[in-house]
Amino acid sequence: MQEIDVQIVQEYIDSKMNQELYIHLETTNGAYASHHENKFGSGAFIRNTKIVYSNGKITPDHPHRVGLEMEIGWIYAEGLTHYQIDDQGRLLMCGIDYDGKLAVALQLSDTPFSK
Amino acid sequence: MEKERAVLIIFPHPDDEAFGTSGSIIDFVSQGVPVTYLCMTLGEMGRNLGSPFFATRETLPLYRKKELDAAGEVLGCKMIAMGLRDKTIEFLDYDKISAQVLDIIDAVNPSLIISHYPQYAVHPDHNACGEIVVKTLKEMPSEKRPKLWLSAFSKGCEDEIGQPDIVRDIKKHAMKKLEALRAHRSQTEAMSKGWEKLIEKNDPSLKNRFLTERFWTYKFG
Repeated sequence: MQEIDVQIVQEYIDSKMNQELYIHLETTNGAYASHHENKFGSGAFIRNTKIVYSNGKITPDHPHRVGLEMEIGWIYAEGLTHYQIDDQGRLLMCGIDYDGKLAVALQLSDTPFSK
Repeated sequence: MEKERAVLIIFPHPDDEAFGTSGSIIDFVSQGVPVTYLCMTLGEMGRNLGSPFFATRETLPLYRKKELDAAGEVLGCKMIAMGLRDKTIEFLDYDKISAQVLDIIDAVNPSLIISHYPQYAVHPDHNACGEIVVKTLKEMPSEKRPKLWLSAFSKGCEDEIGQPDIVRDIKKHAMKKLEALRAHRSQTEAMSKGWEKLIEKNDPSLKNRFLTERFWTYKFG
């Protein structure tokens, strides 16, 4: 992965508009948050839901936000810092926090992610 | 202590075996006891991707499988990846998973199993893994049932479950344990940087990691 290139990500988002895609969306502060750091442990993930968006943007400021507008709803992620378009043509984006750990991920693929 | 026939360790993540039991694994292996690690998931949802990161959310399990095998090389321990998904164990059908665990127990034929202490092992996967192992052994005929040692480390767990009855001195294996931990590079590279010096100084903060390993023997009713 490398730091997000807004232009490349925006082009990817535009190229996948109005197509059926699979999504992995995740946010986490880790299962040990309440054990080590006395923080409220929270997180959520959804993997391999079929989505279609009609419009989508990545914001230029770092860390980035991505919003994807669907017919009857939205997909949103904030804190995105790094990306890769992998050898299967999937857009993998994630946010790496100040400790170097994954805090958020938003990924799009034409085919299902492994279960 | 009498020599074990075989030891089966059952935890959910690659690296759980290194953190909790690798000193004991080294002991067992040096006595000629075969040790198998049944690793329920590949830690697919880990937050550490290496330091600096080299994995993505999608490649992390591929690295962690290789790291698991590398730790197995260091420890002389057979590694079996069960293929469940990180973070999902507590939502699975326990009867189904228990049957799979029982197949492995039958194949390995251990005299001792080590797993997590249900409710006292912090991570939901740890607790669920322990619950499944306890359930599986409870359902075995008592004359065939191996001993069960459980690892607990939630804050204040001793207040509720008492002191561990098994405290193993692993000091002489500290450096090799560090090597096993470092085999899980994507997970431990950042946190293990200062450990070598602390081990050399016998730093008390390392007590429950590099000096001793602690277990509670489960008492079947």
